[in-house]
Amino acid sequence: MSAIIRTENLTYTYSPDTPFEKTAVNDVCLEVEDGELVGIIGHTGSGKSTLIQHLNGLIRPTSGRVIIDGQDIWEKGVNLRDIRFKVGIVFQYPEYQIFEETVFKDIAYGPKNMGLDEKQVGERVRETAALIGLDSALLEKSPFELSGGQKRRVAIAGVMAMRPKVLILDEPTAGLDPGGREQVLEEIREYHRRSGSTVLLVSHSMEDVARFATKILVMNHGSVFCYDTPPNVFMRADEIAEMGLSVPQITRVFSLLRKKGIDIRGDVYTVDFALKTINEYIASKGSAREDGHD
Amino acid sequence: MIKDITIGQYFPGNSFVHRLDPRFKIGITAVFICMLFSADTFAGLGVAAVFFIISYGLTGLPYKLMTRSIKPIIPIIIFTGFINLFFIDGVPVIKIFGIIITDEALRVTAFMMIRIILLICGSSVLTYTTSPIVLTDAIESILRPLNKVHFPVHELSMMMTIALRFIPTLIEETDKIMSAQKARGAELDSGSFMNRAKALIPILIPLFVSSFRRAEELALAMECRCYRGGEGRTKLKTLSSGLSDYIALSVSILVLCGVIIINMGKVSILHAYTTI
Repeated sequence: MSAIIRTENLTYTYSPDTPFEKTAVNDVCLEVEDGELVGIIGHTGSGKSTLIQHLNGLIRPTSGRVIIDGQDIWEKGVNLRDIRFKVGIVFQYPEYQIFEETVFKDIAYGPKNMGLDEKQVGERVRETAALIGLDSALLEKSPFELSGGQKRRVAIAGVMAMRPKVLILDEPTAGLDPGGREQVLEEIREYHRRSGSTVLLVSHSMEDVARFATKILVMNHGSVFCYDTPPNVFMRADEIAEMGLSVPQITRVFSLLRKKGIDIRGDVYTVDFALKTINEYIASKGSAREDGHD
Repeated sequence: MIKDITIGQYFPGNSFVHRLDPRFKIGITAVFICMLFSADTFAGLGVAAVFFIISYGLTGLPYKLMTRSIKPIIPIIIFTGFINLFFIDGVPVIKIFGIIITDEALRVTAFMMIRIILLICGSSVLTYTTSPIVLTDAIESILRPLNKVHFPVHELSMMMTIALRFIPTLIEETDKIMSAQKARGAELDSGSFMNRAKALIPILIPLFVSSFRRAEELALAMECRCYRGGEGRTKLKTLSSGLSDYIALSVSILVLCGVIIINMGKVSILHAYTTI
């Protein structure tokens, strides 16, 4: 597989030469393979949001390179608009970007900008709306009449409908109730499964990310702390917790058990897997005891 | 990006200038502007420049900031300078293709450019070292006598405070919405005038919607805290002036007197010249 996103020594400094100068992204080298679902975590101010805005050319790096699909996006002659159709970003609280009279028109804004004809636009809007769980009756309503969760879906659909090769979502579940969070995450997962595109999911919550992601990127103070598969990342759960990030509760339980001297694996991050691990452990203990008795 | 604008920005600090009473700072800035406009000679302007450099030095802010605040107005300065260059009578010094530039034109142009630059820099010292909220407090305090003629001073200053408070928020919001629409393929800086105007709709509508939302929230929050206008309202931080404020103001007035004396000196020298 080839890397769809690659950054080389990416550095970005806000307000250079003023007392507010701040390096938000520091020397980030990253390679994301095609088709991955990457969870990006890091606490507020760790540079997650700044990093993702580099990936579609909204921010020009202070130094370093951004390579999308084998193409350096800041090379001469590259049309950034094409890059933006290739790398779709859904920002935090995306419902604040809604502006059209009807839900249909708002979702169609991106595809229309791509220069698709009416028929293709219509198809894409309907298809995406169905995927994200928007009833077709809603399409002719004003987006401003919808509930918060539905508005959020409209905004996400607006980017999904462009069918980008890479879809980046910045905290797509922020401010939703638990039911809504679960649904939106499930829909994103469904989108990833069906389209086979690369998805980057920025989140505060390890728990959300851990269940879905094929890989996890942990950011700390503008640098990459680690980028690996979830089991390998959660092996370092203690370090991650020290950075002030919440690790899944079940991982915490297991790390406490290990501290008590129980020899149990540390890469547990889902309840199902925890159950399996405990059963295995008990089984192995049981057989060990039997061995001892004999 | 719009975020990089420094004009009117406040840089927190704890220098002598930062600590001055904002009312006196406004007064001193006014005196400085008087200096600039009463100065007739380069010497007078030089005195004002020295006054500015010393007061800026006292703020403890890097000089680089100044160059950044001047940068955006360079085109205006050059344009006005350019016009002056050709339309002032005097002794011709340069003649190219029938265009005559006189010595007087050169002198006036240089004089005016220095004056504009000093004007921008001088007022920047005020805004760089005074937070907008304190500044409106000072304006309210200076305008208080107008209450006697039923001028709504408190309401005016509250409106200014709110407006100033929300400028950075709205800039940030605009930035975010622009990014979001650009990510959906909006073209903001190319195309014909009509296309560009149309491209603004996806930015203006969300901005309006969120401004109304914010206004509503703010009104509710003020109501919840029983806000009822200026009558009998006290301040958490009251402005107070001390000896150093009076000294600073006196020094600036003295410098202004100096500039005026230099002007008079010039007049008498000229006078002497003509009589000889």
